[in-house]
Amino acid sequence: MSLSSNHLLGLKDVPKEDIQLILDTATTFREVLERPIKKVPTLQGKTIVNLFYENSTRTRLSFELAQKRLSADTINFSKSGSSAAKGESFKDTVKNIEAMKVDMIVCRHESAGIPKYLTQISNAKIINAGDGRHEHPTQGLLDMYSIREKVGRLAGLNVCIVGDIGHSRVALSNIYGLQTMGANVSVCGPSTMIPWGMEDFGVKIYNNIDKAMAENDVLNVLRIQLERDAGVLIPSVREYHTYFGITQERIQKNNPNILILHPGPINRGVEISSEVADGSSQIILNQVTNGVAIRMAVLYLLGTKSEE
Amino acid sequence: MDIKAKIIDSVGLDRTITRLAHEIIEHNKGSENIVLLGMRTRGEYLAKRIQAKILFIEGVSPNLGILDTTLYRDDFRIRLKQPEVSVTDISFDLSEKDVILVDDVLFTGRTVRAALDAIMDMGRPNTIQFCVLVDRGHREMPITADYIGKNIPTSINEEVKVKMTEIDDEDSVYLVEIKNS
Repeated sequence: MSLSSNHLLGLKDVPKEDIQLILDTATTFREVLERPIKKVPTLQGKTIVNLFYENSTRTRLSFELAQKRLSADTINFSKSGSSAAKGESFKDTVKNIEAMKVDMIVCRHESAGIPKYLTQISNAKIINAGDGRHEHPTQGLLDMYSIREKVGRLAGLNVCIVGDIGHSRVALSNIYGLQTMGANVSVCGPSTMIPWGMEDFGVKIYNNIDKAMAENDVLNVLRIQLERDAGVLIPSVREYHTYFGITQERIQKNNPNILILHPGPINRGVEISSEVADGSSQIILNQVTNGVAIRMAVLYLLGTKSEE
Repeated sequence: MDIKAKIIDSVGLDRTITRLAHEIIEHNKGSENIVLLGMRTRGEYLAKRIQAKILFIEGVSPNLGILDTTLYRDDFRIRLKQPEVSVTDISFDLSEKDVILVDDVLFTGRTVRAALDAIMDMGRPNTIQFCVLVDRGHREMPITADYIGKNIPTSINEEVKVKMTEIDDEDSVYLVEIKNS
């Protein structure tokens, strides 16, 4: 079994078998992460570049750790402190990096579609680590992995993504991936945060969090991205919390068995109360551990895949 | 694939496993410090049967783990087909234990090499011993088994097929000819 594509650009159009393979392979790596020596020699001699044009803590550390656990050689690029700051074009930067003979590029960029563009100008295998508001496939995969780990299945589950859907690449990857795996996906948030045409994705739309909680098995709570001007979409953070914040009372009232996920970083007291964040923290922090396993699986499956 | 000979039948297989279990106990002067590690896939079932024999003989059942060596293979760069990884399942500490590594066929020795690396990453055993049902020769590495069910000299176009009722329809070992396509 191997993946049908040489790149992971998004979860749109990724067949069910591929998602299944990645999730199953991640289970193997989850076991490696529990060992005293958390390292396997599988990607020895492979060179991977982490091309990060946008800030990131979790994803970047997670990818770096996954690469080290697989014994790959990694180099890191960030926009600040590089020649990009001197005005070198993206294409020139990539061409120069590629001349250093790299096998894989993990890319994060503020513009949607950059990973796709990379596949056209580079021979390396490309992994999208988040492009603009488009997709963040490894986050989508690790959310699915965490749900499957907790509930045991994905097919037939009702999953609601809550928050700033319009600004979120996590939402789109979740929608594509979960729908492929047979889950019923819905979104919930104030109308200003739900883009026009959302119905075309085949998702149900809620504007009432209590209703969404009562009718779903899983909530994936997104961060309110204040740095991306989310502030203009809501009157105030307090008002958002009042109407859409996930609190212990709401869980008790609507659905005590609901599973709460959060891709992090958490804005305590905004999209989720501290109490819930700490109560669900085992799952939320588990998501971070699973993230390393998922990224190891993706790197392994792409890195050892031979070119046909 | 043409079957050339049936080398071991079901009665023979059971006797061989009984002898291997006795040898393991004899060599280790009992079974207190032994742990069994079966290598996926058939080594796992072989190890389970040896475990049952040891329980029958000694009255105690040694710990059993399952080892998947895919991540330690040395042929990722030359193989065309991507090997599927499965989970290693070892729920106990290997440190200071006498590890009995169990596999069905010993051929080039590369899988054992990978297994040794994998075990080293999980702890520091007292000893690692290797138990194999069939040694078919053609070693590419300086590796030998401590317990051998049967030595079967083979040509390179032949293959040894071990069948076990846990996943196949019978208990037996066949020598088969590989047809070059």
